[in-house]
Amino acid sequence: MKIRGRGWAVPLALLLAAEVIMRVNGTRSDALARPSDVAVAVWTALTDGTIVAQSGQTLGAAAGGIVIGGGLGLAVGLWLGLSRIAARLSVVSVELFRPIPSVALIPIALLVYGFGYRMEIAIVSFACFWPMLILSQAAVAGVEPRLLEVARILGMGRLQQIGRIVLPASSPRVFVAFRLVVGIAMVVAVTVEIAANPRGLGYGMILAQQNLRPELMFALLLWVGVLGWAINAGLLALQRSLFGRFARTA
Amino acid sequence: MKRPAPAWTWQAGSVLVALAIVLLWEGVAGWRLVSPVFLPTPLAALASLRDGFVSGELWPLISGTVERMLLGWVVASLVGVAVGALIGVSPAARAWLQPTLEFIRPIPASSVMPIAIAIFGLSPGMVLAVVAFGSVWPVLLATVHGFSAIEPRLDEVSRVLRLSRPAFIWKMGLPNALPDIFAGLRLSLTVSLILAVVGEMLSSQHGLGLAILLAARSYRSADLFASVALLGAIGYASNAMLQALERRVLAWRLA
Repeated sequence: MKIRGRGWAVPLALLLAAEVIMRVNGTRSDALARPSDVAVAVWTALTDGTIVAQSGQTLGAAAGGIVIGGGLGLAVGLWLGLSRIAARLSVVSVELFRPIPSVALIPIALLVYGFGYRMEIAIVSFACFWPMLILSQAAVAGVEPRLLEVARILGMGRLQQIGRIVLPASSPRVFVAFRLVVGIAMVVAVTVEIAANPRGLGYGMILAQQNLRPELMFALLLWVGVLGWAINAGLLALQRSLFGRFARTA
Repeated sequence: MKRPAPAWTWQAGSVLVALAIVLLWEGVAGWRLVSPVFLPTPLAALASLRDGFVSGELWPLISGTVERMLLGWVVASLVGVAVGALIGVSPAARAWLQPTLEFIRPIPASSVMPIAIAIFGLSPGMVLAVVAFGSVWPVLLATVHGFSAIEPRLDEVSRVLRLSRPAFIWKMGLPNALPDIFAGLRLSLTVSLILAVVGEMLSSQHGLGLAILLAARSYRSADLFASVALLGAIGYASNAMLQALERRVLAWRLA
């Protein structure tokens, strides 16, 4: 309890200092807002439903990208993890396309899909695909070889080996990869909204800035932080309950 | 039992697979299975790249983006390592600050961009500030972790040797933290490229990010893909250089 208290002390003190300084100086700014005004803005945006709608748009696009990009990445990663031949033949292709920054695809996606869900999902998918591929490939390739020997001795077919041995043995590390990918998807979704796509929390922040409403801007930033933190905490708890001591926090 | 094939055949095969993918792209685009407005042939993109280099149009775009990215990254790295070391060596500082840092970590770096625009306007300084601010966190958190995870025996040795605090940080803490620091540096290098591109798009600074946006708006898909490929090459090259540096600096660990 003592440590938790200390962790809260610094941010609270900073917020209090900001509040006092701005009140004493009577600062009115287009760029900064009093913490109390930010708190009010969070509350209003929550009660009038705008923040909920925007969160829905951002989370929806992130989820779409996780399912499509993460799913494809997992499938290819499993394949490359299982087959040494495929793994060695894919090295150059993976190294060729992986370093392309996902945001560089924004203009291409805009050209193809215009504004909207599909464009955002396409970019989030690209961003989720590569880490999922690489981490799940490593997870599968790292399965204890003796487990596979046992499976062979027991006369399991290839599919049975995959279903009964490879997938369960690699699942803790795949879940860690999934947690990472969820974080990436959130970041990329918000970034796409800030850079181009007029929807979701990212666009809400840009709009608040253009309307000279710094309190709303900071409110949304705070909300994005809380959302990201809560999702990660939820996944960590899920990871612990699913895999227990097999889960290595990475 | 067959003898295993030598390594170079695998590398050659791997290059062939990549070539086959490009050839497939050539086929899809060449036979107009996808409209050339969206997807140029790889040869068209290559020609655009060559024209851009020959006419010299591409160089200022590349240098603009690379400069923004590197400047922000260097500032972020220096600040991140310095502050991270200060926090990392002190258990008290960690107890006070770590929860705040952990909360900031998942916040998308790009989401400080609206705030930076409000403070700095759509200026070159705004992009630089966002790149530096956004890429400081991976280095900072990795450095904190590296300095806090010091083998207890090293701590004992330093006490026996009566090392001063700064000497301890320099001689024990830093070498111990270097692998973590390099991991953080690599991550923030990626982040800095992304933020430089987004910053250019938003504030119309001269660079590849703006170039791809303008190419898309005027439906010049060959130029668009050429610039995207260049951004990929910048990401690859910067990462490869940092990895080479890491191997040199950390060579003692393998010995």
